[in-house]
Amino acid sequence: MDRIKAIHDGQKINIRMVDTLDLPPVKKVLESYSFLSLSGEDSDGLGLVYQMSADQIKQIEENAVSQGLETIRNRVDQFGVSEPTIQAQGVRRILVQLPGVKDPERAINLIGKTARLEFKLLDEENSLQTALAGNVPEDSEILYQRVENKETGEVTKEPFLLKKRAVLTGETLTGAEIRFDTDFNEPYVALNFNSVGAMIFQQVTRENIKKRLAIVLDSNVYSAPVIQDEIPGGRAQITGRFTSEEARDLAIILRAGALPAPVVILENRTVGPSLGKDSIEKGITSIIYGGVLVVIFIALYYKLSGIIAVTALSLNIVLLAGALAYFGAALTLPGIAGIILTVGMAIDANVLVFERIREEIRIGKTVRAAIDAGFSKAFRTIVDANITTFIAAVVLFQFGTGPIKGFAITLCIGIAASMFTAVFVSRVIFDLTMNQRKLDKLSI
Amino acid sequence: MKIINSDTHIDFMGKIKMALAISGILILVGMGSVIFSGGLKYGIDFSGGTLIQLQFKTAPNIDEIRDGLKSVGLGESTIQEFGSKRDILIRVQRSEEKLEAVGSKVRDSLGAKFNKEDITVARVEMVGPKVGRDLREKAMLSIVYAIIGIVLYISWRFELQYAIAAIIALVHDVLVTMGAFSLLDKEFTLVIVAAFLTIIGYSLNDTIVVFDRIRENLRRKGKNTLEDIINASINQTLSRTLLTSGTTLLVVIALFLFGGEIIHDFSFALLVGVIIGTYSSIFIASVFLVYWHSRKTA
Repeated sequence: MDRIKAIHDGQKINIRMVDTLDLPPVKKVLESYSFLSLSGEDSDGLGLVYQMSADQIKQIEENAVSQGLETIRNRVDQFGVSEPTIQAQGVRRILVQLPGVKDPERAINLIGKTARLEFKLLDEENSLQTALAGNVPEDSEILYQRVENKETGEVTKEPFLLKKRAVLTGETLTGAEIRFDTDFNEPYVALNFNSVGAMIFQQVTRENIKKRLAIVLDSNVYSAPVIQDEIPGGRAQITGRFTSEEARDLAIILRAGALPAPVVILENRTVGPSLGKDSIEKGITSIIYGGVLVVIFIALYYKLSGIIAVTALSLNIVLLAGALAYFGAALTLPGIAGIILTVGMAIDANVLVFERIREEIRIGKTVRAAIDAGFSKAFRTIVDANITTFIAAVVLFQFGTGPIKGFAITLCIGIAASMFTAVFVSRVIFDLTMNQRKLDKLSI
Repeated sequence: MKIINSDTHIDFMGKIKMALAISGILILVGMGSVIFSGGLKYGIDFSGGTLIQLQFKTAPNIDEIRDGLKSVGLGESTIQEFGSKRDILIRVQRSEEKLEAVGSKVRDSLGAKFNKEDITVARVEMVGPKVGRDLREKAMLSIVYAIIGIVLYISWRFELQYAIAAIIALVHDVLVTMGAFSLLDKEFTLVIVAAFLTIIGYSLNDTIVVFDRIRENLRRKGKNTLEDIINASINQTLSRTLLTSGTTLLVVIALFLFGGEIIHDFSFALLVGVIIGTYSSIFIASVFLVYWHSRKTA
């Protein structure tokens, strides 16, 4: 019989004891956990109620995400994916991108397993039959072992009645690796515990000889061998008719540690290598076709000035591409949308300036004065139009998700680049040409 | 080189009634279609579900695929060709909780009818229903916030009525494009939201350019009426409007024609949006300015 029992109930933890003498030491121990505050005592002197504040729960949740991130990163690193992206999204979500992975199901299994490893003694005092009939003893639980018939693919579930309390958990693991059984050449996972774990394991095995100890991973029983003898040295193994791939992945997961909380796969997008590249490449090629047409048209329409505009536009695209590469942004469809809008606005800025200059020349201004007036009058229009769009882009970046964010960041960079090139760079080129030769006719 | 005469005097304001009628019909038909078909057709991004694209070595029989799929029990699914007869797109609305294995499950289920080696799983996209709802709400919210930001800026730089007019114009553009989507039974996905955002950006840019000229002309208006000023402003910026729209359209048409199947809906939205955006900054935005003015002076 356990002398002390803790029951978790929402934000509260109820602790019940058998002996009033235990109360002071328990209180003392729990005082050292700063995240718990004593919120009540049972009148019989045998119970304590502890509580966590909302802040602390929030902090634990945040920690769970950052720890989860760390654990998943460890697992992915050991799995061996080149250039993975693993990032937190919002408060409780994690985005994992694994380019080049051929078997997405295996990757999902690797990432999604909580990997909570527990060793639990079988409850051999009570009958499994009665428990299955719905009469589960308070301190015990029923967990299942999945047995798959490799030939027929049929899965059966074998029930076990286990003590709820784990005698040892994966926290004391120092290593896990795949080994092969010498007799049947079957793979299994060999475990190593640290000194604390080894000590507990030795004690548990000594005290429970001839009893069965179940190895439980994420509430699935993997095996439940009979303890033959005391086991010193902190070694154990998980067997379970693994393929070598499964055993290798399991070892990785155990080495990388358990996730602090279970994860649920919310979204999964797998794009075949040829398809993903294809659609983006096709998009880019067609934009280039369109772009070349635009360049030819602008050069024909505005002649020398058009060529200046095209130069500024090329610089704009170089800046945009550079910035996107710097931020490590992958080129996606929404990104392409952002580029189209940016290029459109950059051309528009040039067109606005040139049309203004033409207007000024028409009302009889000199070339020099027309350029000055054209740039300064169009400048205000360009600024207003660009800032309005920029505001929208910033808001979308702040509140948008995934693809919308990609669109927004491309647009933000693009607007900054096009303001610089269309207003400043074109102007500098104009001025330089003007200074070199005194033009009384402008090629526009 | 010039496309249009630099000294046009088209009476745009005189054609307002016709423009309003055209816009009204477009929006009514479009929204009617949305209501008639029971709301927008959301893609799996927003409704949750699974999408599987398979490529066969030789063109398969769709009925055989349907028969094969029945054995896996994926629930309701639609099957269609995607671009070519060899590319098949399967959509499963909602299925079991664990969707991880759907791609290979589908491939396996077709094993009886087809040679498994002849089928490649080109892509699998799975979105949980909860995420779908979340994405939908977030996309909507971000657009609403963006519009608020724009209204504030334009009211500060111009006046409140300009901000409202600009917003009316962009809502007009989005509604018309949405209607076109619904009429053609195209799906509404996250990528399409990006296309709509582009349309909004484009429409705004266009509207602001015209407004800027109106603002400038109002400063030395003399005895001209607001209608005259707006007319003059649209005429003065007309060559720029056509030039910019034309060049943007060149790029978008190229994307539409050569961009491939996956981009098709996306470039379609842009195509419709750019044309409508240009039209609305000439007609729709200024209509509201005139209306506001007439109400104030009346």
